[in-house]
Amino acid sequence: MCLAIPGKVLSIDGNTAKIDYGEGTVRNADISLVDASVGDYVIVHAGFAIQILDAKEAKETLKIFREIIEEDNA
Amino acid sequence: MFHMRDKELSKLITRNLKNMNLNIQVMHVCGTHQDTIVKFGLDSIFNECGVKIIQGPGCPVCVTTPEEIETGIKLAENGVTIATFGDMVRVPGAKKSLQAVKAGGGDIRIVYGINEAVELAEKFDREGNGKEVVFMAVGFETTAPATAAVLLRELPENFSVVSCHRYIPPALVRILGMGEIALDGIIDPGHVSVIIGAKAYEEISRQYGIPQVIAGFEPIDVMMAVWMIAKQVEEGRGEVENEYTRCVAYEGNEKALKMLDEVFEPGDAKWRGFSVIERSKMVLRKKFDDFNAEKKFEDILAEMEGMEFKEPPGCRCGEVLRGLIPPAECPLFGKACNPAHPVGPCMVSVEGACNIEYRYKND
Repeated sequence: MCLAIPGKVLSIDGNTAKIDYGEGTVRNADISLVDASVGDYVIVHAGFAIQILDAKEAKETLKIFREIIEEDNA
Repeated sequence: MFHMRDKELSKLITRNLKNMNLNIQVMHVCGTHQDTIVKFGLDSIFNECGVKIIQGPGCPVCVTTPEEIETGIKLAENGVTIATFGDMVRVPGAKKSLQAVKAGGGDIRIVYGINEAVELAEKFDREGNGKEVVFMAVGFETTAPATAAVLLRELPENFSVVSCHRYIPPALVRILGMGEIALDGIIDPGHVSVIIGAKAYEEISRQYGIPQVIAGFEPIDVMMAVWMIAKQVEEGRGEVENEYTRCVAYEGNEKALKMLDEVFEPGDAKWRGFSVIERSKMVLRKKFDDFNAEKKFEDILAEMEGMEFKEPPGCRCGEVLRGLIPPAECPLFGKACNPAHPVGPCMVSVEGACNIEYRYKND
């Protein structure tokens, strides 16, 4: 139930945003819990965006992990 | 959407864990973590590395008590439409489940979220059929902000909520305080943490000196979290660390937290398998009495007074939820109790340890 998936905000109409989950899946989500703008990535749980995802951090996650581990091994 | 798989990195982490000669026990409290762990076979990998990993009371439907289920059943039997998540419908109450009530003619609707329940109430309102809709609101801090946001809006008068929402930190405190199980670390639930932030766990580490790591839900996230806990153990630290930085901020989601605080206040409540946990339930504040089904239908629910709410006979969900036994140790597991005929909630819910174990290992 705590499953939440990332998607990209395509458009906003009041509390509702069109979210692109990739591979052609576009659904509406309620964005009243976050201050999201078009182009933001949000994570959506039970129809509500619960946080704006840090896209830069997400893209670098694996690189950061590798660095931490390798630094520890050094 | 984001590339989160890296075989070489997984191997590197495994190798590092093996080199640490560990013998530790770690608890997590999230069905989605358990799903990742069992689905990708991380439990066996961790075992080989000397890390035993256990799901605690991290399944909102599982920890809901028979009494709460019975509240929904009582209302449905009195002509109220119950809207809730699919898993809740199949959890046994004192004698039957909401699903059985539906089979007997009760109006039970499965919804994806609270907004669908409100839309249903609005539809009934437009039709003027006089029907009431009660949303059985279940879930931890991840799910509760949606309930709060909706309750802060203008709502049809025929809509109300039974709050079964609970706070996770008091359950962690209870697990550690009871000391039934020796734990070397806790993997904190990523999406609960999205809302409450890393700061919400700090007092627990201060009090119990236990390492905690907030983790995401990719296999690599869980592996990294276990490594971070192992490092803390090795270095004699007991702190809160955040592995899931792409989603979890130190302060959490302040907008959502503010809404939660506006709508709910902490109340003492039982959790399945536990005695009363202080300040662990989100109770609707007084100003929401008109939308609090337990107030609105006080007269109907008064008939429940004096009723006894027992766990299903033979069911060991309580011990599974406290992390004392793995699902397979319950004599009913996979035999009398299976996903088609669940005896207890841990087999009903897709987030329950028994359901996950059965789904990936028995099917």
